[in-house]
Amino acid sequence: MTTPRGIRRRRPSYERHHVSGVERRPGWFVYVLLVTILVASTYPLWWSFLVGSSDSTVLTRDWPPLLPGSLFWHNVSEVVNTVPFWKALMNSIFVSSVITFSVVMFSTLAGFSFAKLRFKGRGGLMVFVIATTAVPTQLGIIPMFILMKQFGWTGSLGAVIIPTLVTAFGVFFMRQYLVDVIPDELIEAARMDGANMIRVFWNVAVPAARPAMAILGLFTFMTAWTDYLWPLLVVPQNPTLQVALAQLQSARYVDYSIVLAGAVLATLPLLIVFVVAGRQLISGIMAGAVKG
Amino acid sequence: MTATRTGRQRRRQTPPDLPQNEAATLRQRLSRWDLKYSPYLYISPFFLLFLLVGMFPLAYMLIVSLHNWNLLTGAGDWVGFANFSTELKDPLFWNSVRNTFSIFLLSAIPQLIAATTIAAILDRNLRAKTFWRLSVILPYVVTPVAVALIFSNVFSEKYGLANTLLQHFGFNDIMWKTETLPSHLAIATMVNWRWTGYNALILLAAMQAVPRDIYESAAIDGAGAFRRFFSMTLPSIRPTMIFVIVTATVGGMQIFTEAKLLNPSSSVPGGPQRQYQTAVLYLWDLAFNRQNFGRAAAVAWLLFILITAVGTLNFLLSRRIASAGDGRAEKRGRIRQARILAERGAANKAAAALAAEGGASTETSDRTKGVER
Repeated sequence: MTTPRGIRRRRPSYERHHVSGVERRPGWFVYVLLVTILVASTYPLWWSFLVGSSDSTVLTRDWPPLLPGSLFWHNVSEVVNTVPFWKALMNSIFVSSVITFSVVMFSTLAGFSFAKLRFKGRGGLMVFVIATTAVPTQLGIIPMFILMKQFGWTGSLGAVIIPTLVTAFGVFFMRQYLVDVIPDELIEAARMDGANMIRVFWNVAVPAARPAMAILGLFTFMTAWTDYLWPLLVVPQNPTLQVALAQLQSARYVDYSIVLAGAVLATLPLLIVFVVAGRQLISGIMAGAVKG
Repeated sequence: MTATRTGRQRRRQTPPDLPQNEAATLRQRLSRWDLKYSPYLYISPFFLLFLLVGMFPLAYMLIVSLHNWNLLTGAGDWVGFANFSTELKDPLFWNSVRNTFSIFLLSAIPQLIAATTIAAILDRNLRAKTFWRLSVILPYVVTPVAVALIFSNVFSEKYGLANTLLQHFGFNDIMWKTETLPSHLAIATMVNWRWTGYNALILLAAMQAVPRDIYESAAIDGAGAFRRFFSMTLPSIRPTMIFVIVTATVGGMQIFTEAKLLNPSSSVPGGPQRQYQTAVLYLWDLAFNRQNFGRAAAVAWLLFILITAVGTLNFLLSRRIASAGDGRAEKRGRIRQARILAERGAANKAAAALAAEGGASTETSDRTKGVER
């Protein structure tokens, strides 16, 4: 019992590395598991494409099809004829962009102030921000709807945008990032050189905050893009993409291949984001975990 | 350029903390105001907007919940807490709460276990690790509506993918949209498919923050992979675990899209017998189909309290469980640490001896420790 251990301990560290097995390349079993996970996460989407590119009789077959059919564009044109797809796409791009701009802008400004400036009530206000990140504001749909109706804004995209112009999480996120990333001396030096606060913000804080702004922007955009409950309430006639997609289901729920072609079509923009910015998405999720 | 230089010189002569005399120039006073009020100016857009669109509606909701309030006719009589007591006696309300909890448990528990497992796998020294990470979060970019559409077809009772596959394994068709438990499973599957990989990456980030040489030492002490995982990895990722649990709770209590779109042919949202009507779906039905805003606002408040309570409870529970485990681990950890230190002493001596012999062992060990992560 003690003898082999004693021997191991006396081995030089480069050899010990192999003995412990912590950093060793994992065996085939791990890769089998990984492939299983890969199939589980991609197959539903691939299956949708298979069905969406055929006519819905493929569903009555014994086994799901292996290769895509030739009717994808035909089904897509059915989608476009059934719901105002392009208008909805434009609406979603507009709404998500405005929300992203506003959230990133105001979060950076407030986050910078909380992270690097000293003022009375800073601690208390920050606690308030942190506490409200957990508030399920989605439950405020009823009063919000009453207000929107009173102002006559229902049906306009403004009604979709206004409730999410700022988020407490955004402020918290930017504050956590900026507090470490900008040395106090840098701000001091800029002030000494006669820069006023707004110049310090633009020329010191914003350049330093850029990576965090990109991550926050990406996730804010995703959240705005995927929102369904609120747009469904205020703009059913002037839909965002998610609302239009759901309308497709209620209009065509018998014809699965058209519904699934629509689901694939609506996923394409985000798939492009995924291909282009997948790494940023990963690091964003992982950074959020460490910071949050 | 000259302006900045003079500004700097002047400030050096009068440190900003000295009481201001009458001779203070306009520029100095402006600078002081700038320093004093800018912080408030920068946080004010956030707070103004947040109070307006976040806090005010919640307060207004309280007023609505205390009135008879119809979607079309607007505010009616003041009824005090009658809406709340009506709801607390309404079996449909409790049905929706039960459904929410059932779906939440069916999604949160398997999801956490799967996410932790996936994270542990991704934490290994894999080839093509970015590829595997990407494959895990692909479902996250599919929007909940698209997920619901896809899985609504997968779980279609006739010709759905799930039932087709079940038939091949000799099972009977399952009524995914009619029976209560299967419908909950179907909705939980949608949630799990989209979120498991996301949570796995969050947990992975926490796992990667655990210093590698601790594992090395434990392995040398004879701790196997499972032992290392349960008594070292799990306690170390505890704060992140709590974060994931609380987020999953707050999200799980508000499931709406998946349940609403599971069966488009049902005229009652949440199934003909409300088999899978979640709390938020009940709220929606009450407000916009039954047009009773007063009661819906009361439901929203009750949900608000419920979510906060369950979130807090989960937070406390997971902290306690984790810290109970941690306490034991800590004790073991101290013993282990003592051993590690003793061993390091020995290793250093050995390294020194080797170095004296002209070996390059320390250099090698540094390189292996800094192995690309």
